[in-house]
Formats: sequence, C-alpha cells, structure tokens
Amino acid sequence: MHEMSICEGIVQVIEAQAALQNYQRVKTVWLEIGALSGVEIEALKFCFDAVCHDTIAAGSSLHICEVPGSAWCMQCARALTVTARYDPCPNCGSYQLQVTGGDEMRIKELEVA
Amino acid sequence: MVKIEQDILGKNDQYAAANRRHFAERAIFALNLVSSPGSGKTSLLTRTLHDLSGEIPLAVIEGDQETSQDAERIRATGAPAIQINTGKGCHLDAHMVGHAVESLAPASGSVLFIENVGNLVCPAAFDLGEAHKVAILSVTEGEDKPIKYPDMFYAADLLLLNKIDLLPYLQFDVERCIDFARRVNPQVEVMRISATSGEGMSQWYEWIRSAREQRHA
Repeated sequence: MHEMSICEGIVQVIEAQAALQNYQRVKTVWLEIGALSGVEIEALKFCFDAVCHDTIAAGSSLHICEVPGSAWCMQCARALTVTARYDPCPNCGSYQLQVTGGDEMRIKELEVA
Repeated sequence: MVKIEQDILGKNDQYAAANRRHFAERAIFALNLVSSPGSGKTSLLTRTLHDLSGEIPLAVIEGDQETSQDAERIRATGAPAIQINTGKGCHLDAHMVGHAVESLAPASGSVLFIENVGNLVCPAAFDLGEAHKVAILSVTEGEDKPIKYPDMFYAADLLLLNKIDLLPYLQFDVERCIDFARRVNPQVEVMRISATSGEGMSQWYEWIRSAREQRHA
C-alpha cells in the first residue's frame, strides 16, 4: 500500500525516541509485521533505505519478523491460522471468523550507537 | 539495544484519538466514506446533503489528490465544505483531518462526512477518528472487489452498493458480491442504493439517523 509513508512513520518514531533514550545513530531496526497488515514487505525494504537517507538511521539494516494471521472460528469455536481475511475455516468451511492477530505493524527494538 | 515497542502508525492513532474526543465533546457524528475512484461518492454525498439539509446540520471534508472541484460541487448544495489535497498522498490521515476540522468548525450535533481519497487500499489503515467507515462499491466495478481489496471491506461497518439502477445493463451478481463481502467481514451491513434514481436512499438516511443517535445517546 503506502510503504513509503510507513517508512516515514518508522523514522519519525526512531527520531523521537533518540532524544528520550539517548542515542545518536541506529544500526539495526527490528519490526514486527503481521500477514494481514496489508504491508508488502519487499516494498517496505525498498523504501526503507531511501527514507532513512540523511537521518540517524541512514545505512541501518532492517529485520522483519513476520507474524502469521490468526482467527477464531465462531462455528467450531477454535483458534486457527489464516493467510488472508477471506480465508474460510479449514475445518468447517465457514467464513464466520474473527481475526485475532496478524495485523500488527510495530517497531520492536533497535541496535544503536 | 533499545526497546521501542511502538505501533508504526501510533502517531496517526494519537491524532485520531484527539479527533474522536473533539467529535464526542461536540456531538459530531463523523463518517469516513471510502471507495475506489468513480464509485459515485460525490454524487451520493450531494444527494444526501440535499435530502438531509434542514433536518440535521451537515459538513463535509473532501479528500482528493488534486483540484477543489468536489468541494465546489458540495458547496453548491449549501453545506460547508473544505478540500484537502493530498498531493502525492494516497490517503487522508488523522493529522490532516484534525487541521481541516479546525478550519471548517462544524456545528455541534453535525453529521460530518469525510470523503476519503478514491482508493480501496491505503485509507483502510488510517483511523481518522470517525464513528464508522462506510464503503461505497458501485455495480459497474465488479462483484469480486471485496475479496480483491479485503482490508477495506473488513474495516467498513456499512457497505453501500451504488448505481443499482444500472443492474439491467450489467452482468453483476449482487448476491455473490454480498457473499464475498461477508466472507471478509461477517458483520458488515449492506444496502443497495442508487444516488441517481434515489432507490434505497431512505434506508441509508435511516441508518445515519439511528447510528448518530446511538453514538451520542
């Protein structure tokens, strides 16, 4: 989707935290991106370098931990893994699923200098 | 190593929460209208403004990449409107909307329609502080849009299926489309409307009245 503005969001958070946590340069960024978040990981990696240019995160490497989509089937009352929002329950075929996880877009931690 | 543990869109969510507080204090009922370009959002909106004016105070925030043509169409109905041009941006964010609300200053008790940029992808991820997202899908677009763009249909509480007056000329399976929408979002409410012929519009107005009452009860 808008991987460029997501990268800008990442850099904003990193820069705001730099003053609070007292660091001047970022070497590595760890993100957590859910399978249902709508983020295209390859596009995100592509934009990241460009957006970090001339910031405290310039030249940093990006590590992405992908979180699988999870849902609760209301028909069979059990938790399951989904790869898309329109997946049916693999057990009963129902679409009455409540997505319970996999839509996160979080910055976990940084390696700083 | 430094722990961060923050949502990437956390800043947007803070602005959205501020907008939501502002709306609650003034009993402003905000709807975020999302669709692809050409679904008939602006026509739907001008008809809605025309039909509800005099009953409820109304205001509009128009989002487009370029031009203020839509805001001019809206102002012609007599409703106050402000245009946000996102330039290269593909969606409205809560910060832009907060500024627009400041300049527009909708009256207390208003229904505020926020017409998002025509795009079925990015606006799904950005909370603007609205009470509900309303997705508009026109029957000229293809019935499989809900599963091609699932995030948007998942985020919406109401789906308006627009341009149904054109159904006799198209091969569009309404039931199949609704089935696709419910696969993605089992709770979504669906209404069949035509902003041109007026069919189904009273049901949409009834939904606005009752959702607004519930919100500020």
